Amino acid sequence: MDIIRTENLTKEFNGLTAVDNVSFSVKEGEIFGFLGPNGAGKTTTIKMLTTLLNPTKGSAEVAGFNIINERNNVRKSVGVVFQDPALDWNLTGRENLDFHARVYALDSETRKKRINEVTKLVDLEEKTNVFVKLYSGGMKRRLEIARGLMHYPKVLFLDEPTLGLDAQTRRAIWNYIKKMNKEEGTTIFLTTHYMDEADYLCDRVGIIDRGKILVIDSTTNLKNSIGNDVITLSCSNMTKLLERLKEESWIKNVKKHDNFITLGVEKGEEKIPEIILIAQNLEIKIKSISIRKPTLDDVFLSFTGRTIRKQEADHPWKKFVGFDERRRS
Amino acid sequence: MPHGEFQALYVMWLRQMKRFMRSKSRLIATVVQPLFFLLIIGGGLSGAVLPGMTTDNYVQFIAPGIVAMSILFSSMYTGVSVLWDRKFGFLQEILVAPVNRFTIIFGRTLGGATTTLIQGSIVLIIAIALGVPIASIPGLLLAIVFMILIGFTSVGFGLIMASKIEDFEGFQIIMTLIIMPLFFISTALFPIATNTNLHDFIRKLSFANPLFYMVDGLRGSLTNIDNVLHPLVDLAIVLVICIIMMGIGSYLFSKTEM
Repeated sequence: MDIIRTENLTKEFNGLTAVDNVSFSVKEGEIFGFLGPNGAGKTTTIKMLTTLLNPTKGSAEVAGFNIINERNNVRKSVGVVFQDPALDWNLTGRENLDFHARVYALDSETRKKRINEVTKLVDLEEKTNVFVKLYSGGMKRRLEIARGLMHYPKVLFLDEPTLGLDAQTRRAIWNYIKKMNKEEGTTIFLTTHYMDEADYLCDRVGIIDRGKILVIDSTTNLKNSIGNDVITLSCSNMTKLLERLKEESWIKNVKKHDNFITLGVEKGEEKIPEIILIAQNLEIKIKSISIRKPTLDDVFLSFTGRTIRKQEADHPWKKFVGFDERRRS
Repeated sequence: MPHGEFQALYVMWLRQMKRFMRSKSRLIATVVQPLFFLLIIGGGLSGAVLPGMTTDNYVQFIAPGIVAMSILFSSMYTGVSVLWDRKFGFLQEILVAPVNRFTIIFGRTLGGATTTLIQGSIVLIIAIALGVPIASIPGLLLAIVFMILIGFTSVGFGLIMASKIEDFEGFQIIMTLIIMPLFFISTALFPIATNTNLHDFIRKLSFANPLFYMVDGLRGSLTNIDNVLHPLVDLAIVLVICIIMMGIGSYLFSKTEM
C-alpha cells in the first residue's frame, strides 16, 4: 500500500519553481530518501507534505488524506523532525515531549508510558529532566526524533536528520532511525545531501535536482546501473582515450568530467591492465587510476553530470535565495 | 470545545507560565522598572504642580499610568516573542500540530495575559503600599478588568507586529517611533486633555490614542483622581479596541506560513 502519493506537486516562490511537477509514491513501512543538493526542493516538498505550505499546483495524499482538504488528519498522521531544531530550550526534555503529547491530545497515562518508550529508544531516559539548553547537538536531535514518534505517527518526516553532527553521532542517529522503522513499523521519509546516509538507511531513493526527480529506485539497483566497479582515471589525452574506450563492449558506461574519466565495469581489477594496454597503444600517458565500489555519489554524478559537492558550489539558486536558502533546500 | 483543543489551549498557557516563572531576570525587571518610576520620578516630582492636575500628590497621579505601562510593555513583548519561536524553530512544531490556529493564539494570549496580570498586580500592590488610595472595591474590580483588557490588547498588537516584522530591530523601531509617543500622550505621566500649556492640536490628538482610554479608564476605576471620562465609557472603548487588535492579530497569525 502507498502511504504517500504525490501527483505533479509543484511549488513556486515569486516565479522561481522550487518543486517542479513531482510525482512519486512511498510504500508503507519503508525508509524512503530524497537525495539532492541544497536548494533542490527537498525541504519544500516536506513542508507541502506536512501541510506547512500549500502547493502551487498538483496534489498529494499522506496516509490516505489529502494535504489540502484534510490538513488536520494529515497532521495527526505525521511526525516531523525539522532541519532547524524546533525545541523549547527553556523547558526540560520531558516538558518538551509532554507539550507535544498534549498538543496531539494523548491522555495522561499514554503520555507517561510513551515518554518512557521514546526516550528509551533514543537513550535519553536519564536526561529527561535536564533543560534542553544544556543538551549537546546530538542529544537535541535525538530528543526531536523521540518527539516526532510520541503520537504514533504513520509517517515520520526527517529533514536532513544528521546535518551538522559529528561522524560518531551520525552513526548513532542512523541506528535509531533503523530501530524505530523496525520496532514501530513507522514509514520514514527523509531528505539528505549525504550519499552515505541515503546508502545506509534507505530502501529506495529518489534523486532530486533543481526541483525535479531524476530517478527513483532501490539503492542496490541504482548502484548496479553504474556497474559493479567504478574505475576513475586521469590521463594526457582524455578525449582520444574516451573515444577509443566507447568501442569496448565490456564497459557499461563512460563519463568524462573536468579532469578525470569514470568507467562502470564488471570485475574492475581485471580490466585495469586492459585499459592501460589500450592507452599505451594510443601513446596516452595515464597519470592515475583507481578502482572502487560504486556509491550513490556515482549515481548522482551519472544522472546530473555533477558531483553533489560541485553542485552546491555553483547552484543557480544561490544568488536568488541567499539567507533563506537552507530553509528551502 | 473538543477535548484535544482544550488540551492544546492549556499547554500553550502552561508553557508561557513556565517560561515566565523561570526567567528570573524578566521577573526582576518587571518589578524594578515600575518601582523606579514610582519612587524616583513619582518621589522627585511629588510636590510639583502640573497644569491640569488637581491632586497635590504626583505619585497618586502616575500610579495607574505606571500599572498600565508595565502591563502594556510586557504583554507586547509576549506577543512579539512569537518572533523568538520563529527564530528558534519552535513555531514549526506548533504549526504542524493538528490544532486550530485560533486555539494556539488564544492559548498564547491567555498565557501572556496571565503573566502580565501578575506583573501588573505586583506593581499595583507596591503602589498601594506607597499610599496610593483605592477609590472603592467595585472600582478595584473594574481596574482588574481594565488590566486584563490592556493585556489582551497589547498581546494582540504584539502578534500583529510579529507577523509583519522580521527581526528585533524592527520591534525596537516600532517601540521607539510608535509606542513611546503614544505612551507619552496617553496621560500616563501628565494630564493632556485638561492641560492648557499644550497645543490644542495635541490635546485633540490624545483622544485618538488608544492608550489614552486604557490609562484613563484604569485611573478612573482605581483612584478616581483626575480621570477625563467616566470609567465605563473608557471600558466600552477599550473593549472595542481589544476585539479589533485580537481579531487582526489572530487573523495575521493564522495566515502564517513557514
